[in-house]
Amino acid sequence: MITKKSSKILKYTLAYIAVLLFVFPLYVIINNSLKPFADVRISEMWIPAQNLSFEGYAEAFVKLGQNIQNSFMLVIPVSLFSVMFGAIIGFIFAKVKFKYSNTIFALVIFGMFIPYQSILIPLVRTMNTIGLYGHLSGLMVTHVIYGLPISSLMFRNYYAKLPDELLEAGMIDGLRLVGVFRKVVVPISLPTMVVVLIWQFTSVWNDFLFAVVLTQRPSIQPITVALQNLAGTQVIEWNVQMAGALIAAIPTLLVYIFLGKYFIQGLLSGSVKG
Amino acid sequence: MYCAKKDRRIAVLILLPMLLVLFIFVYGFIAWSLRISFTDWNSILPNMTSVGFENYQRLFSSQRFQTDIRNTIFFTLFFLVICIVGGFFLSYLLYSKLRGESFLRTIYLFPLSLSFVVTGVLWRWIFSPEVGINSLFRMMGFEATFGWFTSTYSIGGFNVALIALIIAASWQYLGYTMAMFLAGLRGIPDQLIESAQIDGAGELAITWYIILPLIKPITFSAMIVLGHISLKIFDLAYVMTGKGPAFVTDFPGLFMFETTFRGNHYAEGAAISIIMLILVAVVIVPYLISTLRGDSE
Repeated sequence: MITKKSSKILKYTLAYIAVLLFVFPLYVIINNSLKPFADVRISEMWIPAQNLSFEGYAEAFVKLGQNIQNSFMLVIPVSLFSVMFGAIIGFIFAKVKFKYSNTIFALVIFGMFIPYQSILIPLVRTMNTIGLYGHLSGLMVTHVIYGLPISSLMFRNYYAKLPDELLEAGMIDGLRLVGVFRKVVVPISLPTMVVVLIWQFTSVWNDFLFAVVLTQRPSIQPITVALQNLAGTQVIEWNVQMAGALIAAIPTLLVYIFLGKYFIQGLLSGSVKG
Repeated sequence: MYCAKKDRRIAVLILLPMLLVLFIFVYGFIAWSLRISFTDWNSILPNMTSVGFENYQRLFSSQRFQTDIRNTIFFTLFFLVICIVGGFFLSYLLYSKLRGESFLRTIYLFPLSLSFVVTGVLWRWIFSPEVGINSLFRMMGFEATFGWFTSTYSIGGFNVALIALIIAASWQYLGYTMAMFLAGLRGIPDQLIESAQIDGAGELAITWYIILPLIKPITFSAMIVLGHISLKIFDLAYVMTGKGPAFVTDFPGLFMFETTFRGNHYAEGAAISIIMLILVAVVIVPYLISTLRGDSE
């Protein structure tokens, strides 16, 4: 839209005031994470660090290193399984018509909106019964299952736009449904695979509720739970807490910075229609 | 799509086990929770004696749960208004073809990639009464004694301690509504706005009479998505404030977690979770039905 010059200046001003509001918490976190413990004083949170030090980071790494590793070991397989199952389910709901398929799909999708509190007690009992409670693999299974609705939805929305002729051409060449999926559909699914992959990476990395309920032992806890434990101790080692918070944020921040386009695409498909 | 009968059967066979697992973990578990909520299981050992609606009655008459519901309503209200008005405002700025647009968009959106735990740790320090934003005000020479999330002050049922949580949550989610509105604004045909400009309409008139009505459906979707997030809020409050003095920053999700996994009141926890589910379903089910129906037409 064409606008007057004076209003352009006003808009720039407002846009950059907003930038300040979004960024100042980052200043707090970076500034205080770089202070040596001796310089960390309660009243001086806003004053720029005088003597830069990586003390905080060193200690945060010692305390959280194992948990970062746990998070990666959790997030990578979950994301890959989500892509695999999501693609299959999404494809079938998009292209194979069967009785009540729309109703069943609505029931699938509802699963991503429920408050997980409403399944937590049975989940803990079940994990206990099958021996996965308190293990990283139990958390993994949980995330794969409750990630199915959103992953399937993303793939379904993508596959629904594929022209039927493309798939029918594959059938004429003698392929069956499974063959069409593997040889025709999968090779052109890469963009959506990336969207689902980084969506699941981000949401599983950031999850707290499932992790805090299903993992009791500190040695297997993912980073979010460990960070909360670290920050929950009332000893004020700010530099360590701030460094820990930044370390916990970096993997998803990097994904966002380098694959932002796909991240936003995933974000918008959360509103069902995309 | 054309699909041989045999192929369709294979597809259903592949789908079936996956759906079975999902439906057990969603609907089976919900039914199980519902069942627990009608029992007397309020200690470590499972006790499935039925007590009818006792758990629900006790909840609705308890001070804590009443406060939780009030907190949820106020939190949702402010969170929605800030995100929708602020998000539209930001998207409108970007829509006006400012230079550095992709930089601005990146900044507005980055908090969304963070965990609520990170946000919570960070903003807890910022609003911590002795050290945070208060000390910044003191450095500027103001007297700052507001207790932020430790304040027990309440205006007409609104616990002002919630302000800190509302700001932190809005900081994280403003970018989301911004992205939704921006996608909507980009979908408005240029000719529509150009012809209005030729007819002499000013920027405000165009916004009010053309843009706002066109993005109404997006506003509606945003309200649903944000609304269901705020009804479920747990992580942020747990990390940033906890339940607070006199439950000023307590929410049903927090209550459920504490009473179930810290206090072993399973039946009470299950009852809270069922109430949360009903609240979310009231918002989500009509929305799901209307969008999916529109989809298949």
